[in-house]
Amino acid sequence: MGHYQRPPDLAEALRLLDASTFTILAGGTDFYPARVGRVIGEDVLDVTAISALGGISEEADHWRIGPLTTWSQLLATKLPPCFDGYKQAAREVGGVQIQNTGTLGGNLCNASPAADGTPNLLALDAVVELQSARQLRRIPVARFVLGNRQTLRDNDEIITGILVPKLRPSARSCFRKLGARKYLVISIVMVAAVIEEDHDGRVTAARIAVGSCSAVPQRLATLESALKGANRQRLAAIVRPEHLATLTPITDVRGSAEYRRDGALEMLKRTLAEFA
Amino acid sequence: MLQSRDDTIALQVNGDAVKIAMPPLTRLADALRDGLGLTGTKIGCNAGDCGACTVLMDGRQVCACLVPLAQAQGRSITTVEGLARNRKLSALQKAFLRHGAAQCGICTPGMLMAASDLLSSEAKPSRKQVEDAMGGVLCRCTGYAKIVDAVMGVAARAEYGGVGARLERVDGAAKLNGTEKFGSDDAPADALWLRVIRSPYPRASFKLVGVEAFRDNHGLDLVMTADDIPNNGFGIYPTIKDQPVLAKGHVRYRGDAVIALVGPRDAVESATDDDLPIRWQVQDPVYLSAAQTERAPPLHEKHPDNVLVRGWLKKGDVEGAWDQAAHTAEIAVETAFVEHAYIEPEAGYARRIGDRIEVIACTQAPGMDREEVAHVMGLAREQVRIIPTATGGGFGGKLDVSVQPVLAVAAWMLNRPVRCIYTRPESMMSSTKRHPSRIKAKMAADASGRLLAMEFSGDFDTGAYASWGPTVANRVPVHATGPYVVPHVTAATRAIYTNNPPSGAFRGFGVPQAAIAHEALMDMLADKCGEDRLEFRWKNAIRAGDATATGQVLHASAGLAQCLAALRPHWRDAMQSRVTTGSHRRGVGVACMWYGIGNTSLSNPSAMRVGLRPNGRFMLYNGAADIGQGSNTIMIQICAEALGVSPSLFDYIMGDTDLTEDAGKTSASRQTFVSGKAAELAGRSLRAEILKRMNAGEDARLTIESNVIKAGGATLNLTTLETDPRGNVLTGFGSFDPPTSPLDANGQGIPYSCYGFAAQLAEAEVDVKLGLVRVTRIVAAHDVGKAINPNLVEGQIHGGIAQGLGFALMEEYIPGRTENLHDYLIPTFGDMPEMVTIMIEDAEPLGPYGAKGIGEPALIPTAPAIFSAIECATGVRITRAPATPDRVLAALKAAGVA
Repeated sequence: MGHYQRPPDLAEALRLLDASTFTILAGGTDFYPARVGRVIGEDVLDVTAISALGGISEEADHWRIGPLTTWSQLLATKLPPCFDGYKQAAREVGGVQIQNTGTLGGNLCNASPAADGTPNLLALDAVVELQSARQLRRIPVARFVLGNRQTLRDNDEIITGILVPKLRPSARSCFRKLGARKYLVISIVMVAAVIEEDHDGRVTAARIAVGSCSAVPQRLATLESALKGANRQRLAAIVRPEHLATLTPITDVRGSAEYRRDGALEMLKRTLAEFA
Repeated sequence: MLQSRDDTIALQVNGDAVKIAMPPLTRLADALRDGLGLTGTKIGCNAGDCGACTVLMDGRQVCACLVPLAQAQGRSITTVEGLARNRKLSALQKAFLRHGAAQCGICTPGMLMAASDLLSSEAKPSRKQVEDAMGGVLCRCTGYAKIVDAVMGVAARAEYGGVGARLERVDGAAKLNGTEKFGSDDAPADALWLRVIRSPYPRASFKLVGVEAFRDNHGLDLVMTADDIPNNGFGIYPTIKDQPVLAKGHVRYRGDAVIALVGPRDAVESATDDDLPIRWQVQDPVYLSAAQTERAPPLHEKHPDNVLVRGWLKKGDVEGAWDQAAHTAEIAVETAFVEHAYIEPEAGYARRIGDRIEVIACTQAPGMDREEVAHVMGLAREQVRIIPTATGGGFGGKLDVSVQPVLAVAAWMLNRPVRCIYTRPESMMSSTKRHPSRIKAKMAADASGRLLAMEFSGDFDTGAYASWGPTVANRVPVHATGPYVVPHVTAATRAIYTNNPPSGAFRGFGVPQAAIAHEALMDMLADKCGEDRLEFRWKNAIRAGDATATGQVLHASAGLAQCLAALRPHWRDAMQSRVTTGSHRRGVGVACMWYGIGNTSLSNPSAMRVGLRPNGRFMLYNGAADIGQGSNTIMIQICAEALGVSPSLFDYIMGDTDLTEDAGKTSASRQTFVSGKAAELAGRSLRAEILKRMNAGEDARLTIESNVIKAGGATLNLTTLETDPRGNVLTGFGSFDPPTSPLDANGQGIPYSCYGFAAQLAEAEVDVKLGLVRVTRIVAAHDVGKAINPNLVEGQIHGGIAQGLGFALMEEYIPGRTENLHDYLIPTFGDMPEMVTIMIEDAEPLGPYGAKGIGEPALIPTAPAIFSAIECATGVRITRAPATPDRVLAALKAAGVA
């Protein structure tokens, strides 16, 4: 049995992390499943008593999402339409029990290729704020997640916020998850899209991310360029297989690599069709 | 700030302020169960995958296995024990009871808590709201339908009576208020813990090095090895005890038991893989395709070609028949390992009482457990007592012993109670599975559309040990034709050893695999004959007076044609709504089944005893294990009917081998038919005894008012009679062994005394761009002989459909890859279709009040009906189960549909 700490505030947490190495524990929904039938021997820093890490707030040019915000809290918060996709992901994470305890920061830091939140954060151009006793730094989510279960977070750092830049009020979003059953399902493919358009319905900015088709969920830059300037009525028709060239899907128990490629293409079309 | 492991954590549980002194990272589920004794919260996976441990934290549902105890500090927790107040069930619990929404009951606490969360904010939820709110709880028994109805407040009537009544489950209240004790819920306070160390390799040899030092370093009481097991082999068949309790120097599958650690819980759990005193030498495993090549090493010396057993049936002249055939069809089918995925992992404890051993564990077969434990220990059967706990689902997977022998040996050696609870991955890696199959079949019809011949061959991957492999190999040929009249048949099967998990019993014993083949052929032949697929089946359906492939002439109760007739209106409607173009297509399929009830050509007896107490209550000594299917209730309904009294006068003892007669296994859909008949006969014999004592006529009506019994004009004060050692003043006994005959060298004979029949219709939508199949509706018509309790029969059908749907679309166990409930998928609330059940009652003369079995028949037609619907929608025949999205899309692409 290792040491367990549950500091009441951020300063104490950072002091502890500066002095020693801990596994950080938030909602526990990834922590415990990785330890079935095993004695928990590591030192654990439970951050859930740090109230400053919770809640969603509106700042001048961005939204600040406290990393301890649960999926259910995200769903219950009134937010502009650009968050609809993220909320859709919240509805499809695990079951309601997981949504009630799993946190947005934990989902990001756990860095699963199938993390339901990450494609949305990529499509929202979100930035991770990390704090340690040494420094405060901000890193775009796109750079933060390095690989399967790997991030840029240093051992002495805590995520203190997920920052989402404010978009035009017209910005809309959509998320779709492809899985082999309805509830409690890990995705085979995920697509998240955020589209901004002008008064004529022409796309001024498109940010499209695909999850579960590479070690790190990815934005599709060439597709985003192709969508720019297009009428929102016909976005689905623009998607081409070559737009998915950067994906590196694998074959696993949930589906073949070929299926993931086909599925991603179709899911992209269907997701973009939602903007018509 | 919590820092040390011994801080006390204060919280509210069910309204009471409590303090728990356990380490802060203790799962809340463990804290509630082990710290507070609130074992109503169940643990199915410890990974948030099943939701059985769902409790409310500050009113919101959470998985108690994922909440650190420290995070519950100052919070308010509600468990299932908090729902019933003053021992009275809440309205929600009563609704569950009325609907039959609890079967085995292991998921029920989680279901109730998730529903409570929903109902606190939405008093009249929609179906969609119920499914969304409860989608995080898995149920393996019910198919969810009755749970949804109960939560939505759909009206349901409770009935009080014997045969035919929708009597509430007699063990229902305990399953709903959290007091029911399952395998992990109870053990003596001084029990040591046992943990089995299992092979991570499918094939390897090993040496044990430094066992004693390991034991001492870890503070263990005992490290059990193969050398500690008196007779180190178990298995279903008396002559094939090929599975070691603990492997000796060689392992044959990933999950094979190697050694067992016994000691205090911390000591047992703290040993890591690196510490273990095992030195491995890994070898190349043998799998089905390689198992029979000459170079493949035999798994067992007795079987140099790795063939455990062959099944064979021959009737008529198949070769000659092909020449007369107007139409033929052929198919090759492949199916995967399927995991039972009962939500209760195997668990129990053993204690030594002098020169006897007692094993208290979840099980489907107390009598067989007693034989296995006695054999392994070298004890007389009388020295072994099996006391079944409630069993949280079985489906065939708890027929083989799991924890029983190893616990018994440990408790015997140490003369201390010893307990064991499998983890979910351990349960999945070690337990038996449905046999994967590779089947080839060919069928022919004559010009008039009558079936003429069938040739069937099937290889079944029986894994590392025999288990029920011979049963599968022998049952499949009998059923290979499907429930049709086929004059010329050959059927050959092989059960082949591989370095895979042992394949054993799973709801249907190979018949569900075979049904995929014969039902595909029926569709193909119907098309070739230019006939409607349902009518083609109706025309060829086997009926009373017809002969089966084994030459058995069915004497009665062959209700397939009635089942098909009942589907006709649904079939016509569904055919109208087909959509065969576009991205989302709709189709309808139909499939039939038959299933011999009980053992194949083997003696299969059950006995029941019923006593009358001086206080006017009846005690049923019921040896049949209720694993959720409802035999506790059924046996009382039947016995009460035979006695002519109310079931409410009954108490019962289930399964305790010291106190009950042997009622055989809960398998082969036999309990209602075989044990039910014994219960009827026991009731009749006690009734005769009572009437004789009272000099009353045979048709006299019995009325009982406390200790006075009245019949006709006579009265009898029961307190004036002498009680026997069991405390009864009068007893009745009944036994029944269904008549069968051995099968000859060509598989001819009478393998079963009766058969269940069914036809199911499936409507499905196929998303041809993504390979997704959504089953929207299933109409299930089942000939059950007589529905003793229609609520329970419907529950069996719903649950069978759910498992059949999983088998068809999503379930595939892959050793080392899907040893948990998030990689191994079973259907959730949102995957179930609308289900319509139709009960056909073509009475079976041998059965109790005409009843026969339903457990396995419910599952068998579902997968072929779904595959038929997919074909109807897309023109593409699925030949490999499960039809996962990637396989469906690949098949559609190959056919040019997608």
